[in-house]
Amino acid sequence: MTVILGVALLALIAASALGVVRTDDVTCQTISLSFYGLLLALMFFLFRAPDVALAQITVGAIALPLMVMLAITRMKHHKEATGRARKEQQ
Amino acid sequence: MKRRHRLLLFAFGAVGIAFVYCAGALNMPAWGQYRGPYGDAIARLAVYQRHATDTVNAVTYDYRGFDTLGEEFILFSAVTGVMLLLRPEKQRAGEKKNQEGGNPASFRDRAALSETVQVFTTAIFGFSLMFGIYMATHGQLTPGGGFQGGVLLAAAPMLLYIAENTEAFQRIVSHPLVEFFEGAGAAGYALIGIAALTMGAAFLTNVIPLGMTGDVFSSGTIAAISACVGVEVAAGFTLIVYGYLREILSRAAREGQ
Repeated sequence: MTVILGVALLALIAASALGVVRTDDVTCQTISLSFYGLLLALMFFLFRAPDVALAQITVGAIALPLMVMLAITRMKHHKEATGRARKEQQ
Repeated sequence: MKRRHRLLLFAFGAVGIAFVYCAGALNMPAWGQYRGPYGDAIARLAVYQRHATDTVNAVTYDYRGFDTLGEEFILFSAVTGVMLLLRPEKQRAGEKKNQEGGNPASFRDRAALSETVQVFTTAIFGFSLMFGIYMATHGQLTPGGGFQGGVLLAAAPMLLYIAENTEAFQRIVSHPLVEFFEGAGAAGYALIGIAALTMGAAFLTNVIPLGMTGDVFSSGTIAAISACVGVEVAAGFTLIVYGYLREILSRAAREGQ
């Protein structure tokens, strides 16, 4: 039973990893990355590593998507600011 | 190189990788089987030697505590590097101020936040704080520990930001004490190690009384180090978030006026 569950979960992880790579929009990609992180945590839990699962939840599902989102926000903000400055110079 | 040659080369590589992968997979231990001597030895000894019921934390904060100290300072220097890269550009900031004077647009120019999100995020703010503190202080008893607890603590103010309680968020993340706590957490870990030296033992020896197995105040330095790591990680992540959002926040404040 556990073996079937494990194989199914691993297949799901592979599918969601493909989903992360195939997503075009960066914001959607970050959300799917977060989902992928949660699945990984579930896998660690199934493989009897609750400590690693907790670390994976905090890093893979919270910290990493958060950092990516922050970087995207900052880049957009920077682009807007420089774009506007250029417009006003013209 | 022609397309056919490239495909041939790829097929060659793919077959090779498939072969090696299958050979490796066939030789793996069976499901749930463990083949090393150290895991079983530590699982048997940790509770008696260190009074810590979570063996993983007994390993990370005690048996290989020196490695974790190194990891701790990797995080510390990473945060320092990020803050250095994201420091405010002073000259540009002045320019922007002039240019944005008559242009109150764009940042607030979007759909209003739903009340559900606002209420829910505010409601789980306290829960997130409590759970973070619990996790950072109970690492020696149950799965978790300083690192996980610290990230949860740092995620709590982000909930305020999502709920668009920007003022409270800014008051928390821009507090000067955050930097102090980041340094104090990292220093605390090293100082616990040095405390053992002053007592004549080796660096990072567990010199604090071990207490009763299962108590919160047990396992000696493991609990203390876990708490220090929690403080350092929480403050470090908060600093990074502040570094990223500093300019955007100050712009929002200007536009809000």
